[in-house]
Amino acid sequence: MRITVDLDLCESHGSCVFAAPEIFSFDDDDYLLYEAAPDDGLREAAEKAAASCPVRAITVAAAP
Amino acid sequence: MSAAGHPRDVVIVGASLAGLRAATTLRAEGFTGNLTLVGAEPHAPYDRPPLSKKFLTAQAPADTGLPVPDGLGACWLLGRSAVRLDPYSRIVTLADGTRLPYDGLLIATGAAARSGAVTGEPGPEQGVFTLRGRDDATALRAALTPGRGLLVVGAGFLGGEVAAAGRALGLGVTLVEAGAVPLERAIGAEAGAFVGMLHRKAGIDLCTGTTVTEYGTGPDGTLRGARLADGRLVAADVAVLALGATPATGWLAGSGIEAADGVRTDSRLRALFPDGSTVPGVVAAGDAARVPQPLADGAAPALGHWSGAVEQGAAAARTLLLGDAAPPYAEVPSFWSDVHGVRLRSVGLPALADTVKVHECDRPARRLEVSYHREGRLIGALTIGRTSRLAPYRVALAEYGV
Repeated sequence: MRITVDLDLCESHGSCVFAAPEIFSFDDDDYLLYEAAPDDGLREAAEKAAASCPVRAITVAAAP
Repeated sequence: MSAAGHPRDVVIVGASLAGLRAATTLRAEGFTGNLTLVGAEPHAPYDRPPLSKKFLTAQAPADTGLPVPDGLGACWLLGRSAVRLDPYSRIVTLADGTRLPYDGLLIATGAAARSGAVTGEPGPEQGVFTLRGRDDATALRAALTPGRGLLVVGAGFLGGEVAAAGRALGLGVTLVEAGAVPLERAIGAEAGAFVGMLHRKAGIDLCTGTTVTEYGTGPDGTLRGARLADGRLVAADVAVLALGATPATGWLAGSGIEAADGVRTDSRLRALFPDGSTVPGVVAAGDAARVPQPLADGAAPALGHWSGAVEQGAAAARTLLLGDAAPPYAEVPSFWSDVHGVRLRSVGLPALADTVKVHECDRPARRLEVSYHREGRLIGALTIGRTSRLAPYRVALAEYGV
């Protein structure tokens, strides 16, 4: 699985951190950190994170 | 899961965030029947949070359209309102007389801005706006020209955002709030005072503990200003009433469904009759629904959150497909607001707290972290400029709600 986040769109809402804390987190200044190639077992959480993003900055794709 | 028990004809009344999310979920979960979406507005689904933020301040109007997935295969009836529901013969009637039979109905009609008539506020007159839909935002945007005077009535989340947008556009802004501080009922006196400080530092004239008693208009009928209950006169060319919203459920009058302040649902979002029995084949989601919250011990507070529309739309769709096999709704409520360049973010139900703990309050850095407690246990948290601190609270609240 491949995660991409458009950091120009990201507004640090935090919904992805709530939905998939194994993949997404914040640093202390609310900048997003994320695992770009998480385990496939986290797919459901990743898709929920993408769906919950208010600015639709997250894309989930199959590993290349 | 076999598709054998699925409904054949699903009607979704409400083509906004919750309705679209429900439609998307139905297809994603294997629903192959007929899908009809009814929308009172002529617009395809669009997102509302930007309407009080960047839509107002951007050089060009922002496109807030929500993406509709390819292959959704829905029949869209836009610009057409539902006016009646007969839950016994399972028919929704539209204003133009169209009758839509259904096996599954999803009510997602959202909420409407509270008008002066409801709240006891005077008006509206010419130059007095409310803000709920895209057309409202377009009209308001045209009125917000630099140098004019803007009066915002109600310092809740919407009022605060509109006031901030007005300030950013170079208007002189007066923000009138009946309470002692903005947002006191929603987030408590401490966080409310912090937001009040942000408004004042941005140059907004925040008038608390008072209300508008009268609008003044010029000979041509245009707004000139307002009189407040404390006797003050405020000059204003534009006024925005930001006094909350009421569920758009008037069309359910006569259906037998209890819906005066939102459609009451069970934990799987099934609509309820007043006796507590479920309405066959009918679910509700988003601002039109009153959904029991595990954090509130099953009480169903009115929330009106973006995240609630997303999650309830999906959950209600699953209930239509799976019935009792659908999981009960147990999401932790969350919302955000943007004022003066900082993000206010909350999880849980701060409004139900009896105790507030301030963990960080840094006014120069515009950072705040507050947790909310009820009968000794965590019930919510709020941050300003510190969304990074919220995740652990949400985890704790989710565990409690299970």
